[in-house]
Amino acid sequence: MNPGSLMRIKGMIRKEWLQVVRDPSSIAIAFFLPLLLLLIFGYGVSLDAKNVPIALVVEHPGAQASSFSGGFFQSPYFLPVPMTSIQEAEAALRESKVNGIVWLQNNFDRDYLKKESPPISVLVNGVDANTARLVEGYVQGIWFGWLEQEAERAGKKLQAPVQLEQRIWFNPQVRSTDFLVPGILAVIMTLIGGLLTALVIAREWERGTMEALLVTRISVAELLLGKLIPYFILGMGGLMLSLLMADFLFHIPLRGSVWLLLATSALFLLVALGMGLFISTVVRSQFVAALVALVSTFLPAFILSGFIFDIQSMPLVIQGITHLIAARYYVSIMQTLFLVGNVWSIVLPNSAALLVMAVLFLGLVYRKTRKNLE
Amino acid sequence: MGHRILALIIKEFLSLFRDKKSRMAVIVPPILQLLIFGYAATFDLENAGLVVFNEDSGAISRELIGRFQGSVGFKLVGYLHSEAEVGPLIDRKGALLALHIGKQCSANLMRGESCPVQVIIDGRNSNTAMLALNYVRSIVSDFNQEWAEQTTGTKLPAHLNIRAWFNPNLESRWFIVPGIIALLAMIVTLVVTALSVAREREAGTFDQLLVTPLRPWEVLIGKAIPGLIVGVGEASLIILVTVFWFRIPLVGQLATLYPALIIYVLSIIGVGLMISSFSTTLQQALLGAFLFIVPAVTLSGFSTPIANMPPFMQMLTYLNPMRYFLTIVRRVFLEGAGLEYFWHDLWPMSIIAAATLTMATWLFRHRMY
Repeated sequence: MNPGSLMRIKGMIRKEWLQVVRDPSSIAIAFFLPLLLLLIFGYGVSLDAKNVPIALVVEHPGAQASSFSGGFFQSPYFLPVPMTSIQEAEAALRESKVNGIVWLQNNFDRDYLKKESPPISVLVNGVDANTARLVEGYVQGIWFGWLEQEAERAGKKLQAPVQLEQRIWFNPQVRSTDFLVPGILAVIMTLIGGLLTALVIAREWERGTMEALLVTRISVAELLLGKLIPYFILGMGGLMLSLLMADFLFHIPLRGSVWLLLATSALFLLVALGMGLFISTVVRSQFVAALVALVSTFLPAFILSGFIFDIQSMPLVIQGITHLIAARYYVSIMQTLFLVGNVWSIVLPNSAALLVMAVLFLGLVYRKTRKNLE
Repeated sequence: MGHRILALIIKEFLSLFRDKKSRMAVIVPPILQLLIFGYAATFDLENAGLVVFNEDSGAISRELIGRFQGSVGFKLVGYLHSEAEVGPLIDRKGALLALHIGKQCSANLMRGESCPVQVIIDGRNSNTAMLALNYVRSIVSDFNQEWAEQTTGTKLPAHLNIRAWFNPNLESRWFIVPGIIALLAMIVTLVVTALSVAREREAGTFDQLLVTPLRPWEVLIGKAIPGLIVGVGEASLIILVTVFWFRIPLVGQLATLYPALIIYVLSIIGVGLMISSFSTTLQQALLGAFLFIVPAVTLSGFSTPIANMPPFMQMLTYLNPMRYFLTIVRRVFLEGAGLEYFWHDLWPMSIIAAATLTMATWLFRHRMY
């Protein structure tokens, strides 16, 4: 690189930096946005159902019925509300005051003693299917615990034919925050990268300053470097802040290497910035660029990245589409680096995909800008 | 006065739809997003990869494995031959779960003893892990009940009988897709209102508007009405796709849904115009829009239930208009709830709409003139 080129890049960076400093919204994007988002996501997004209000209708409180319903009062997952009739409970379910009903009918104890296997009726509100399914699982857990306890009381040991021993690796307490926060970092970085750069080239075109820039001796590569470097530094600042919060505020275990985490994050930031520059270069109008940035960054990163909805469960066509979303690769890397460790067979292919996307976006920006020079 | 506002509304529509790129950017993405997200946003477990390490050679373990193969949740992707293979395979996401059936399983069962089965699940996505565990548990407990009945003729002392109301098969798509109506209606409305004034200010045409005989509130109405038409129109389009493409049951009445939709869109318009009056450049308006959208979506219950949040976050959600409309739209669709059931969601949303519109008017007067 000749000294003239270096000087021109420096000049460009200085100009861009002054614009950043004078319109504080860029600084807000880089530092305030991650802070706010991580707090909101970290505390607001949880898939762990706790204290689910459930109506408990025990028509005849005999010994067995009472010992079964007692399990609900001890469970951390339920907030049982005793009710006297099934009609009252159904009305409460309809009004969304409770999420489910457990109903032990009048003859429960009698049939139990006669060994006729009386039913325990459970009704759940299925509108929120995911919570409903978790609730079903918890009810089964309580039921099973009760069966064991009753068998023990009768002096037998309940010996299940197949005895299941379960182990959930990487997250034994099944804390959803542990898997969500690493994914949130990907959503946040997508937003920051896209928002920082989506308007910076369109702005120059709209204000007519692009032509002013193009008549100087600065080359396209120098121009783009000058645009990229300041926002890269801002973005890395935001990233560091987010990582520190993940560690100190949310206590997410980091089992992989910090350096690998930083390197892959820098790579992802390049993709996000490249995407913003690409939008900006192609549409040339700030209004449309803003629209495109809105629809192409947040929601795809939120829904299609595997951050919350598991990609494996999506239809194949949609799984194919997720390969176009950079956040998908980064989420995979982050979840693995945080919860599992340096698993190269995950980190390397996903990093390669990110590298391809970075080169693709920046290459396209380079080509599109050069064309307009003529 | 009426024709002045009308002229402004026509001008707004022209500037929104005259340019091809801008027309496309307003109309195409929401529909495309609905189609993609409607399929992508699912919490259901389908074809999760399962590997089996079977140390038993009897018929009973094969029957147990057959039950796993028959479940829609799992897809058998391979057999392992040693325990050491499990770790690396799960690490690289080769399978979501591994089933380890111990030696002598069948023989033990025949003797009336129990057969140890271990399941190892990748907990990286804790929700998927929980769902998979629930599936495994119910397969095993069904097997156990049948086995006990067959061999000893004993029944369990009591049995569980679980049913789900409103969504009998517990399809999470029925929950998510109506939510997308609320999500996209908000984004479209916000974009149209929050960015439009900022654009005029940056282009300098806002000053031209100010020197016309239009009064401030007339300008405000001229900016608000296009937002209302675009927002409600786009939402209607999305409702059509929800009902006829995704076949989500619409149990309730559209006549009860629309008043709620209009109030919801009005509350978003208020927010959009407030952002507009604060921003002098498009970048600021864009940032403002994001600063509203992201928390509003996160704290609405769209993807994760509000009940799971810590109490102070739950308090914050009461300020969020999307929270109320989301509840209403889901309950009208799936439960067929009438006004008497969602009244307590409608009135807070109406107050929010009145508040944001009033604040927008005030800001418009005090920051623009």
